[in-house]
Amino acid sequence: MAKSSLQRSKHLLADPKQQLQVLSSGLFSSGALPTFSDRLKGLNAELKTDRLEILQVNLGYMCNQTCVHCHVDAGPDRKEIMSSETIDKVIDAIIRFRPNTLDLTGGAPEMNPEFQRLVRAAVSLSVKDIIVRSNLTILESNNHYKGYPRFFKENGIHVVSSLPHYSMRTTDRQRGEGVFSKSITALKRLNELGYGRDKHLKLDLVYNPSGAFLPGSEKELEADFKRKLKADFDIDFNQLFCITNLPISRFLDYLLASENYEEYMETLVEAFNPSTLSRLMCRNTLSVGYDGSLYACDFNQMLQIPISGDKRYLDDLDTNEYSNRKINVHQHCYGCAAGSGSSCQGSIS
Amino acid sequence: MSDTYYDPKDLKNFKKITDWSEPLGTRFFEYYSKVFEEGALSAREKSLIALAVSHVVKCPYCIDAYTKDGLQRGITEEEMMEAVHAGAAIESGATLVHAVQMMNKHKKLSH
Repeated sequence: MAKSSLQRSKHLLADPKQQLQVLSSGLFSSGALPTFSDRLKGLNAELKTDRLEILQVNLGYMCNQTCVHCHVDAGPDRKEIMSSETIDKVIDAIIRFRPNTLDLTGGAPEMNPEFQRLVRAAVSLSVKDIIVRSNLTILESNNHYKGYPRFFKENGIHVVSSLPHYSMRTTDRQRGEGVFSKSITALKRLNELGYGRDKHLKLDLVYNPSGAFLPGSEKELEADFKRKLKADFDIDFNQLFCITNLPISRFLDYLLASENYEEYMETLVEAFNPSTLSRLMCRNTLSVGYDGSLYACDFNQMLQIPISGDKRYLDDLDTNEYSNRKINVHQHCYGCAAGSGSSCQGSIS
Repeated sequence: MSDTYYDPKDLKNFKKITDWSEPLGTRFFEYYSKVFEEGALSAREKSLIALAVSHVVKCPYCIDAYTKDGLQRGITEEEMMEAVHAGAAIESGATLVHAVQMMNKHKKLSH
C-alpha cells in the first residue's frame, strides 16, 4: 500500500502534465516505439464514439484505501468530491441521454454523501444496470457503511468489487494490510444477501495484475478464483473482470521506480491487437469527473485529456453531440488495446 | 555485443534461430507451443513444471519467462517456490543416488 497520495506527497507525477511528458518522451520520442496515434494512422484507423451506452461517473477521489497501483491517486487525503449541484446535473444527463448503464466509481463512491440520492434517482429513471465499483473494505469500515450492502440489494445495484487475488499476501501487498480479510468478510455478507447467488443480484470481481505484467486468460483466472474462493471461504461471485494496469499515476510511478517502465511499455506495444479497436470502452462511454467535466474514459480523466470539441462539461453537451466524435488518445491507450483488450468490464475479446 | 554471456534482450530474439535453419526452427516452435496447450495437464500445471525445469537446467531466460508466465496466470509465490523445490529435490536426489554406485565400488575395491 502507498503511504499517501502522490498529490499529498507533492510528487512530480501528481501533475497529469508530467505524466504525459513521461509518456511522450524516451522510447516514444526516440522512435523506438510508435506512439498510439501513429499506430492508428498506420492502420488508417481513427477512434470515434458510437452510441452512448455507459455513463461512468466519478463521485470523488476520496477513498479509505491508498492502493499501490491506483490510477486515480485516490486516498483518505483526497478531498475532491462531486457536489450536490453536479449530482443534479448527472441526474439531468440520465434523463437526457438515457444510458443503459450508470457506472459509479471513485475513490470509494460510497463516501460521497449524495451517493444514495443519485442511486435512487437512477432507479426511478429505470436505468437498466446501475454499477457501484466498491473496494469492499468501505463496507466494513463503520456502522454507517455496514448498511450499504442492504441498500445495494434494495435498489438492485450491480456490485463490482476489486479483489486482485485470492491469496492474502498478494492482495494485501497491493491494497494494504488487512484489506484481504475485510474484503472476504464483505463478500460473505454480500453472498448472504443473495449477491453472486440470486440471478438478479450480480456480484462481479475485478482482477488487476499486482505488478509489471499483463493479465493472463480471463477465463482461466475466473475459474481459479471461483475454485479457490469457494473452497477456502464458501464465496460465490458471477464474473471476474481482468483489467490491465495502465501506465498512469501511481502505477506509472511504480513502473519508473522499479525500472520496469520501458519493458512494460514494450510489452504493451508488442501486444497491440487491432481487433480490439472496434470494441474499446471509450467508444460507448462518457466519463464524468467530480466537477462535471467530460472525458472519453476514466484514464483520460486522470490525465486531464478532455473530450474533443468545445463542450467540456456535462450540462453543455447535447444528446446529439455524443456520437461520431473523435476520441483523444495517448500512449496509455495501448493498455486497453493489448492482447485480449481491457475495459472496465474486463477483457473485450 | 554484450560483455556477459547472458543478455536478457536475447530472449526476444529467440525466434531468430529460424534464420539459419528455417525448417528445424519452425518445427521446434510449433512443437513448443503445442506442448504448452491445455491437454491432459492444464496449461497452469505445465507452466509450473516449466518453471521447475528452468531452474534445474539453470536457464536464466526460462526462469524470467516462466516467472512472468506464472504471475500472469495468478500462480502464487508458494506454488512457484514449491515447484522449484520439487525440481531441486530431483536434482539433488539424482546426485545422491550415485552415492550407491560409490558405495558399491568402495565395497568391491576394499577389504
